Amino acid sequence: MTKLPVWADVVLVPLISLLLAIFFSGVVIYLISPDSPATLENESWKAVLDAGRIVVEGSMGSPYAWGYTLYYATSFIFTGLAVTVAFHAAMFNIGGEGQAQLGGLGVALACLFIPWPHWSLALLGAGVGAALFGAAWAAIPAWMQAKRGSHIVITTIMFNYIGAALIIYLLVYVLRPVGQMDPATANFPPATHLPTLHEIPGLNLIFTKKVPANVSLFVALVACYLVWVLLWRTQLGYEIRAFGKSPEAAKYAGISGTRIIMVSMLISGGLSGLMSINNVMGESGRLLQNSSEGAGFIGIAVALMGRNHPLGVLLAAILFGFLYQGGAELGLWTSIPIELRTVVQGLVILFTGALDQMVRMMLGLVFRPARKPEAA
Amino acid sequence: MDYATLLQILDSTLRLATPLLLACLAGLYSERSGIFDIGLEGKMLVAAMATGAVAFYSGNVWIGALAGIGASMILALVHGLASITFRGNQLISGVALNFVASGITVLIAQAMFGQGGRTPPLDGAARFNPITLPFADSLASVPFVGPLYREVISGHTALVYVALAAVPLTWWLLYRTRYGLRLRAVGENPASVDTAGVSVTRLRYSAVAITGILCGLAGAYMAAGLQAGFGREMTAGRGYIALAALIFANWLPWRALGATMLFGFLQALALRPDVIERTIHVSIPVPALDAMPYVLTIIVLFGFVGKPQPPRAGGEPYIKER
Repeated sequence: MTKLPVWADVVLVPLISLLLAIFFSGVVIYLISPDSPATLENESWKAVLDAGRIVVEGSMGSPYAWGYTLYYATSFIFTGLAVTVAFHAAMFNIGGEGQAQLGGLGVALACLFIPWPHWSLALLGAGVGAALFGAAWAAIPAWMQAKRGSHIVITTIMFNYIGAALIIYLLVYVLRPVGQMDPATANFPPATHLPTLHEIPGLNLIFTKKVPANVSLFVALVACYLVWVLLWRTQLGYEIRAFGKSPEAAKYAGISGTRIIMVSMLISGGLSGLMSINNVMGESGRLLQNSSEGAGFIGIAVALMGRNHPLGVLLAAILFGFLYQGGAELGLWTSIPIELRTVVQGLVILFTGALDQMVRMMLGLVFRPARKPEAA
Repeated sequence: MDYATLLQILDSTLRLATPLLLACLAGLYSERSGIFDIGLEGKMLVAAMATGAVAFYSGNVWIGALAGIGASMILALVHGLASITFRGNQLISGVALNFVASGITVLIAQAMFGQGGRTPPLDGAARFNPITLPFADSLASVPFVGPLYREVISGHTALVYVALAAVPLTWWLLYRTRYGLRLRAVGENPASVDTAGVSVTRLRYSAVAITGILCGLAGAYMAAGLQAGFGREMTAGRGYIALAALIFANWLPWRALGATMLFGFLQALALRPDVIERTIHVSIPVPALDAMPYVLTIIVLFGFVGKPQPPRAGGEPYIKER
């Protein structure tokens, strides 16, 4: 197989995977639109184009739309970074969903039981709580992988379900205020309210309407930078990447596998948990069932699409923000169900993560050297 | 707990364990051949949707089940393509296909029926109907055994018995046939199978196809046996419980039967919290019962009950020497 130039591997492979995913989504919309199956001149093609237009306008067409896109993107940055850090240690953490929900519990406990004087202190405290709870939920699977060799994928799946059951139990039996019917905590006190983008001086000139995107966005951007520093500018990051490339060689170089697995998974769980400052603290202002709403899983798609680099994760998270917000708009304005975005998400993961060899083989035909070397 | 209540719970244990058993055996074939399959859930879901839709239109549950198997096979084929032909990451492929299945089933059901992502309710010949085994009524007066036979063993739908029969069949296929020997070998050491002149690719594709068939049956049972029609996310994590059962069973067919029956029993108990409270006088919250299969699997993985031995070549694509 032809070896691709670096730029093609970094830019073209994810881009073509995305185009394939969008193409197949278009096919799906075409097939489910009411007029199909029919001839080429029918309305189905128009339905596909209309859907595309609604997605783009609904997610980028106005500052209001951007406010939603960036809100989703903030969550996806955290979960995408979480998957990325674990990936570099050759750990496939699909427990982001459970870790994020436990992070939500950390946020809720910090906001409900500590009287914060100002939102900035509350953000700090809740952030620490979120990261600690998220990390704690990743700790047992990490330990089982490091010490017992239990596959991290299996254990993190189990912990997603155990976490969801734990949260439901706590919301129904423990944290629900007396007299309230729905399983949720009480509303957090007003002092813990995070400023949204239209409440920040300067930004409120752009975001004139109330949007869900809030200061967590800036925490997410800082997290991107810090993860980059961690992975490529510190000794620990070097050890994580070395272990991920070759555990045997890393061990020979004196790197402790147990330590790397534990540390990378704790950071990963902490980042997943940290997502909850965006949705639980910034948006809903109380802890609900299934607070993460699948963002933990989207982290997988974001990390794969972003080629496991914080900058790529940032761009991919914004892209998935578009898809999420655009998909919601589609559900609102057309007969296309909101589940379309789950399909797109699945296709992106499939093409970037599992069929990437196929995409490379396709590109290899393009990049084949003009003249074959004589001695083959 | 009185005998009648116990029989009721055992009856629903068998009904609830059937999709788990079919999916667990499905996973067993794939994983024994060295292909991890996280996508059992997704295959069950598309099968349930296809069964619900086709059984509704045709009015024949068996045509519906065939459609379900077909839908499940498509996903199995994509998984095979990604993990065998293109040597991609098997775990990522499974996760991806679960998402695709979760979304596309609602999309298609909504486009076909416009009932919020459900298929219309099935009845009559469009459902699997209970089969009364011979002598169920005449033996009912025999103390102890009679009611057990009538209430628990008899009166299930065909796929329940198919699932139970699949256990000895799987054991026989794996341990008493040439195909089974090769299948187990290709999951442990594919190079040895290749050296013997047997195609690794073909063996693995065949295993993935069997996985597709069994997941198809599991999904068909969900939509036309356990319930009457497809509803969004109706498999509700059963594919993952089956995966847990497979580990619990240490990738062995007879133990898969035991593990899925245990998990089915837990699910049956979760439906009857009143019975637990009357029996042990302690109220166990329903979420705790829901989480039990996963907690038990974690305990097994911790190594308290013997060390699990997964197929050694699982998850690694095989690259043929040139």
